[in-house]
Amino acid sequence: MEAARKPEALAGFDVLSQGDPDLEYYYWMKLVRAFEERVSRLHRQNKILGGVYSGAGQEAIVAGICAPLKPDDVVFPLHRDLGVFLLRGADPGRLMAQLMGKERGFSRGKDSFLHAGDVEHGVYGSTSMLGSSLPVAVGAALKFQLKREPRIAVAFFGEGTSSRGDVHEAMNFAGVRKLPVLFVCENNRYAYSTPIEKQMAIENVADRAQAYGFRGHVCPGNDLLAVLQLSRAVVSRIRAGEGPALIECKTYRYHGHSEHDPALYRSKEELVAWESRDPIQTYEFYLQKKGYDLAAAREQIDQKVHAIVQQAVDFAEQSPYPAPEEALTDLYATPIVRNPLGGTPVTVVRREEQEGGGNVRKGD
Amino acid sequence: MEVTYVKAINQALFEEMRRDDNVFVMGEDVAELGGAFKVTDGLLEAFGPDRVIDTPIAESLIVGAGVGAALLGMRPVLEMQFADFISCAFDQIVNMAATLRYRHGGQAACPLVVRAPSGAGVHGALFHSQNPEAWFTRVPGLKVVAPATAYDAKGLLKSAIRDDDPVVYFEHKRLYRSVKEDVPDGDFLTPIGVAEVKHEGRDLSVITYGGALHYSLDAARIAEKEDGLSVEVVDLRTLLPLDRETIVASARKTGKILVVHEDRLTGGIGGEVSAVIAEQAFEYLDGPIMRLAMADTHNPFSPPLEEFVLPDATKILQAIRQLAAY
Ligand SMILES: Cc1ncc(C[n+]2csc(CCOP(=O)(O)OP(=O)(O)O)c2C)c(N)n1
Ligand SMILES: [Mg+2]
Repeated sequence: MEAARKPEALAGFDVLSQGDPDLEYYYWMKLVRAFEERVSRLHRQNKILGGVYSGAGQEAIVAGICAPLKPDDVVFPLHRDLGVFLLRGADPGRLMAQLMGKERGFSRGKDSFLHAGDVEHGVYGSTSMLGSSLPVAVGAALKFQLKREPRIAVAFFGEGTSSRGDVHEAMNFAGVRKLPVLFVCENNRYAYSTPIEKQMAIENVADRAQAYGFRGHVCPGNDLLAVLQLSRAVVSRIRAGEGPALIECKTYRYHGHSEHDPALYRSKEELVAWESRDPIQTYEFYLQKKGYDLAAAREQIDQKVHAIVQQAVDFAEQSPYPAPEEALTDLYATPIVRNPLGGTPVTVVRREEQEGGGNVRKGD
Repeated sequence: MEVTYVKAINQALFEEMRRDDNVFVMGEDVAELGGAFKVTDGLLEAFGPDRVIDTPIAESLIVGAGVGAALLGMRPVLEMQFADFISCAFDQIVNMAATLRYRHGGQAACPLVVRAPSGAGVHGALFHSQNPEAWFTRVPGLKVVAPATAYDAKGLLKSAIRDDDPVVYFEHKRLYRSVKEDVPDGDFLTPIGVAEVKHEGRDLSVITYGGALHYSLDAARIAEKEDGLSVEVVDLRTLLPLDRETIVASARKTGKILVVHEDRLTGGIGGEVSAVIAEQAFEYLDGPIMRLAMADTHNPFSPPLEEFVLPDATKILQAIRQLAAY
């Protein structure tokens, strides 16, 4: 019975070797939290440059949604979904190297943060243009439908992102074709500084699903068990060919929009109220009620998690920066040979040089 | 008074909103937050929520609604949180706003400004570093400006707001707080469509704009000091319409031209500048027209990659020397 409850996608990792799914969920949320908090710290230490968008406080959503997915499903996380990478089995060291712009990162220094994806684990990166990954997820689902593959696509997005036209276009087509795609809205009440009341005139993003011809569900996003129960049911219906669905998880981000944002636009009370509904703590109450020795479990998992994070940091810090010329690779399947391409000044050509010695360029 | 580039933009907004109550500001997080870069800081307090409007994340709507309001007599100043996201409003700018006057046979006007914080060198990576001006500089009906100094940031924004046609206003993020200079108090305008010779010279001209201007001035100074070269630096300021007169005059004067921009090389405005010079100053040239621009790739994240692809003072100086020696 325990085995049946084991999250399929996580089965391969079996991090605690006890095969206890209850503890495994605990572990994943703790890992995501610890990784995120370390990333924030590294950002403060100037070891991670560029924007860092912490998902702290939203761990139950990535864990609960990813749990029932299979390895060949595909996921399109957005900027706050670092946890998706870990849940899908991305190498924590490479993920950290990616964030630091190092050679061993997924994009070998080309792009920052989560844009690179980890294709081996079915994670596709997005652009920064919020919402533009939803039509792409729909296209992936279209492929699964056309080729009769029992796979599904999952697209994460914030409630703020739901205002973009791309989101409408994606959902409409998904509804029309009954595509195997799951839309996951992480409603954390703010889009940067803009509170939800200024973003939409209705209470739930999920209410829009009906207008596209599929089901929308609202769930408490800080309650792993609630997310999990819903995502299991919804994912199996999508896989069975019943068409798309939208799950909206109500949640809250602990940090500012990005690490440089002190988030002065929201009240302390609001933050404290949500912190009292912390997803990890909520889950700990459940473990306790179920009779686990919480102190022991916590200690064991904290140890494991911190070791993984530290290893990831060590790996990333030891990774060199990529060679500058890396900037000019991966533009095309077959590199286009032409002159000049690069960051060096355009060189000028003299006729006598050209005629005399072939394509000799001044300055070479 | 000494003001930063970002403060100069902010002042222009204050003054224009005070001058004309049809001017209003709309965009993401522009009201209470004062914008991601604090460009609209204080406007909400001064002018209230009807004139400083936070929108949902919807760039196409921001510009589209701006067009509608402009059509009916308002003068909206629309903020893209980053210039990179202007792609999400592309259709409204190039097909809707830019064609309005033309397709109405002159009956209708679209006096709006799209402000777009652009530019690299801030660890922004692919989607927070772009210089997308060349997507717009081939669209008749639009005007495109890119101030490099605090003075012009203020003067050009004021002109853009008062202009009766849509203006895309690229402000460079790296300059927000790094550029600080004397800007006269009160009202003045920088005319749209007029370049400025920032530094007079005889031997060679560097024609540039935006973020690359400061690197060019640095390089010119070093070339003068170390090589005894007299380098002219021209700031285009407006990219559409181009000030061909100033470009051609400088080319005829020095006979050697280096065009520099942070936008990519291929298809960048440097190509147009070069063509104008080839057509109108050919006989005055003492060397090939050179271009130095960002490499033809995406804006990479990792510092060594970003440094490699972008022009900077060292690379400009190298190009100046190469051209001078020709
Ligand atoms: C098209 C586009 N416009 C603006 C932005 C700038 N931006 C980045 S995240 C963000 C807020 C996103 O809010 P939401 O979708 O609710 O996700 P959250 O950050 O709350 O997780 C904004 C405005 C962007 N990345 N893309
Ligand atoms: Mg949000």
